[in-house]
This record gives sequence, structure tokens and C-alpha cells, in this order.
Amino acid sequence: MFRKFHDTSEAPAGSFAEAFGKLPLTELAYRSRRADRERVAHLVQQGRAESLEDFAALISPAAGEWLETMAAHSQQLTQRFYGKAIRLFAPLYLSNECVNICTYCGFSRNNDIPRVTIPLEQTVAHTQKLAAQGFRQLLLVAGEHPRYVNNGYVADCIRACLSHMPAISIELGPMEVSDYAPLVEAGGEGLIVYQEAYHQPTYELLHTAGPKKFFAWRMNTAERGYQAGFRRLGIGALFGLYDWRHEAIAVAAHARHLMRRCWKAQVSISLPRIRPAAGGFQPDPSFVMSDRELVQTICAMRMFLPQVGITLSTREPASLRDGLAPLGVTLMSAGSSTEPGGYDHFDETTWQPTEEQPGEQFNIADDRSPAAIAAMIRSHGYEAVWKDFDRALVCDTELALADESGFNLSRIDMP
Amino acid sequence: MNESLTSEPLVISGRTFQSRLLVGTGKFSSNELMRDALRACGTELVTVALKRASLEAADPFADILDFLELERYLILPNTAGAMDADEAVRLARLSLAAGLPQWIKLEIHPDPNYLLPDPVETLKAAEILVKEGWTVLPYINADPVLAARLQDAGCATVMPLGSPIGSNRGLETRAQLEIIIEQARVPVVVDAGLGAPSHAAAALELGADAVLVNTAIAIANDPVRMGRAFAAAVEAGRAAYESGLGLTSQKATATSPLTAFLD
Repeated sequence: MFRKFHDTSEAPAGSFAEAFGKLPLTELAYRSRRADRERVAHLVQQGRAESLEDFAALISPAAGEWLETMAAHSQQLTQRFYGKAIRLFAPLYLSNECVNICTYCGFSRNNDIPRVTIPLEQTVAHTQKLAAQGFRQLLLVAGEHPRYVNNGYVADCIRACLSHMPAISIELGPMEVSDYAPLVEAGGEGLIVYQEAYHQPTYELLHTAGPKKFFAWRMNTAERGYQAGFRRLGIGALFGLYDWRHEAIAVAAHARHLMRRCWKAQVSISLPRIRPAAGGFQPDPSFVMSDRELVQTICAMRMFLPQVGITLSTREPASLRDGLAPLGVTLMSAGSSTEPGGYDHFDETTWQPTEEQPGEQFNIADDRSPAAIAAMIRSHGYEAVWKDFDRALVCDTELALADESGFNLSRIDMP
Repeated sequence: MNESLTSEPLVISGRTFQSRLLVGTGKFSSNELMRDALRACGTELVTVALKRASLEAADPFADILDFLELERYLILPNTAGAMDADEAVRLARLSLAAGLPQWIKLEIHPDPNYLLPDPVETLKAAEILVKEGWTVLPYINADPVLAARLQDAGCATVMPLGSPIGSNRGLETRAQLEIIIEQARVPVVVDAGLGAPSHAAAALELGADAVLVNTAIAIANDPVRMGRAFAAAVEAGRAAYESGLGLTSQKATATSPLTAFLD
């Protein structure tokens, strides 16, 4: 019934993959590297990027000289739409079983790491542990493996965790609409899927085996998720796999497409940079995005898409995360383990790992506890927001609530 | 404190409010600062997003309700986050079950980018909630026909937007607001987009009964002073309206009769 496709020419009309095939990305990246200083100065003063071409100009070397001004615009735009607040979330890895070979990923099937899929009871126990740290937003992550990570299992995890975590997003191998629907039904709020590389030849080179090889089909995953009813869509590229300007322009184009086409969804982007992982992948030095370039790209993204969510994970080191918190980021993770079962080995007081994490997807750079991250956010004059969603929005909790506890906020007197 | 400039209090659903400034609780840099700003601006009606609060048990990580001083103002729960009538109704019922007042600011905005309200779902939810006995304050686009339909449905106010939430652009919908105010049978609260005290004053001068402000106070460098500035502007605007500034009307009126000589 369904057909997976690799090439953008086969993508359905109106989808991003179809539009992507016509985007002059190489040309835009080329022009970005050589953007004219006067044009850039004008754009920076204006404070907004109206087109993809403007965005490309804002990530140019020439615009880098205006980084301070760009940061001021980015901060102001972010505050207007998101306030002085940063939302927090925690990832929970369910499984590192994977049928794909992705040369840069720790979960790649040819890597010799301990493989595990955590049982439902352990998922709930970890979720409770994370909830005790403050988290009310959870991201369930798993490798792609039809035998271990199948729909029934993930839907069960969502249902079981919902009373501890009102907002649950998933990051799994891409699926069809009909496979996503039960996850939405179970109470899943958001869907995250990264394209990894938007440059097709690079994508082909890095994804040598497994279902992940369908380049264009993967690109339309967020749209399939929207059709199934997810209300939060997260996209991104893995920076370090190809020319970062090319990739950043592609992410911007993708986000803009989703914001138009999936108008009811909150679209967020992530700009993860490659971290050391099992397999020992070494990025081409010319593809590496510097700290300064990352900050510039985040500010440019904000100036292009003022309402887009921007996620910053623990892949980035503490000093950089501290600096970026008030510049345009809206969502941060904290105290993360990227190993299934990894939270078993976290001290509940200090929230530090007490053991090595050999089965991790990648090595995290900011290992501070959730409380320390919240304190850092507050020190910038921002509120650390843990809860920004209620499960009543995704499921009928009224009866369950009455049965469960009979709890009543009687401390609030009726007028 | 100076003697109040205004004489008529605001009455919503039989309840009297001296302040015509309603305030939202999102976007503040801390709950403490929010509490101080609310205190300083003298508001008596404060709206809070139910999705931010913990409705099921006391929760130190979702304790926004603990910072709202119940002796100072009435809490007006809102349904932000709801994308359709069902979700909004569910949230409202949950908040009542948790012991919050049976007042609801109906916010249904399926578009997360401009947070523009869905008129169809809002009307649907209002009809359900009014029947269940709620005091319903719907957030709407400045659409006079929708405002009339919501009043027919029994809403306690209508809350048309001045411009999109967080945009700080003021009364961009002025022409429609004038019609809504002219036709209103319930208080009109201009909600959203008021970026400066002058915008709030303009809304009250126009004849709006109250305004609701959030972003402009919350993200100011000094939210406490900004709250006071808005309070002063609201009072000034209302006093000007009560003193006879009135609406810009199509009808010509003279201070003394022009044709009395004919009598």
C-alpha cells in the first residue's frame, strides 16, 4: 500500500521533499559564503530576514562581523514570542537496537556495544525518577528496529508515563501515518525526526544500509506525523556531516515549509553538532561549524522565523549553553543520559552518572544536573519552565482524576 | 494615593472590579517578579494558563498558583494550549474539579505562531460551558458578528484582540473594535497586542470596558514599574471616556442645540 521513496522527484506534490528538489541550495550556500557586506549591513539593521536568500546572507562570513547586533535582535524577538522563559525537557532512551548503518552514530548496527531495550516497568521507573528532578516534558528516543521498537511497545510506554509527564514527544525511526496514529491516540504530543544530512550524496554515503536509506521519504516524516495529529514537530540536521551553511539553509527552508503547511503544529528546530561516539566517526574539518558560527546561525534562524522553537541539547558544553540561553533558545535538555537504562546509574541527589555509559548514542558535553541548569537559566533573568502542557489536552483525564486521588485544590477558596 | 479619576466600576457577571486592568501571568522572568508586578498594578482579575499549573496535586515544579494572591484578585483560568472546543472544555472542567473558580477565559488558538483564536471552536465551547453554568470570557478576533453570537450564547464579556499576542502593535483592529463596542451588551475587554500604556489608554478612550495586558509588562526591564504605568494609563483612558471624550462617531452632535431658534 505504501511505498518508500529515495529520490525527491518521487515525492508527493506539495510535500517538502518535492519542494526541496527545486531549491537552489548549492547556489544559496555559495552566495552565502560570498555575501555582499552592504547588503548584509542593511539586513542586520532591518532586524529581519524576509526570504531564504536573506537568511543565507545572515549566516555569511560578512554577517559574522555583526554578530552582536544580530544577537540583540534575536533576543528581543524571542522574548516577544516566548517571554523570559526557557522550557526544559529530558530525553529517555528506550532502546539502542538498530537495523541501520549510519557511520557517525553510536547505535549503528555494526558497532560492538551492549544492546538493550528497556522493559515498560523500567521506562516508568525512569520517568518517575526524571519527574522527581522536575521534568514534566519527556522525549522518548529509540533506534530503528521493528522487532524491539514496535508500535505497541511505544504506545504502552506513552500511556504508562503520561501521569508523570504531561508532555511526551517521540524520536524513533520514521513511520507511516497509520503507525503514528496510535501513538497520538496514546497521548503523544510531539514528533522529532532529524534529516541528519540534507545533502543527498552525503546522505547516501553515510547511510549505507537499513531502511534509513530512503532520503526523500525521511524528509516528509514530519508532515506524516502532522497528518497523524502530532501538535509539535521537531526537525534538524546533524552539523559536521556536510557544509554547514548548506545544511542550515535546508533546515530553515524545511521549518518554513512546515510552518505554512502544518499550520496547527508548533515547529521547532535543532542544530546538533556531531559529538564523539562509538564508531569513531571523524568529520571533515571543513564541515565543522564553530561556536561562533553556531551562535550566528541561531540568531539568523530567529530573525528569519521569529516564532520557531529552537532546542539546545546537552551535546553542547556548559559555557556555550550558558551564553546561548538568553539569545534565542526556547527549549533545553538537562542531566541527560543517551543510553537506554542509563538513568539507572544516576545518583538521585547529585544527578551525576555513577557508572560509564557504554551503550550511549553519543557522549554528552554538559553533565550538570537539572537543578543546576534551572539555576543557570534563572541567573540570566529567565524562568525555567518545567510544565507547559497538560495531559487533559491529549486525553480524557476527568474521570481518571476523580478515581485516582479525589484530590482537590481546596487551598484555593472560591470567591 | 490620589482619589480615583474614574467613577464607574467594572462589573462582569455581577462581580465588581475597581481596576479595569486585567493581567496575564505568562512570560515573566520569575514567579516572584510576576507576583510583585501584579501587586503593583492593582489588578483584580488575573488570568493563568491551566497548562502551566498543576491541577492534580501540589507540584513544586508547577507552582504558579502559589504565587497568585487570592485576597487581591480573582483568578481567571485560561485554556491556552487547547486546539479545539473539546480540549478547552476538558481543561475547564478539570480546573473546576481542582477547586478553581467557575470562570474561564476561553482561548482556543490552533495556530501556535500568531495564537489567533479559532472562531468556530470558540463559539462551540462557549455554548457548552455557558450551559454548564460557567462565566465565560472568550478571546476572539475583532469580529463584530462573532462578538454578537457569543453574547447571544451567554458569554460574560467579549475579549477582542487589538493585534496578535506579543506583537506590541496596539489597536490595529480599531475599526472593528469600534463596532463591537458600539453593539456590546456585555463588557468589552481588549486583549492582546497592547504594547505600550498609550495603547491601553486608547482602548479605554474608545469605550472598551477594560484591557488585558501580559507581554508588555512581563518582558519589560522593570515589570513592576511597567505595571504601574499601565494602571495609570487605564485609569486615564477611562476617565477621559467618562468625561465625555466618547467615541469618534459618524453622528454630528453639538454642545448646544443649533436649531432651537425654530421652536
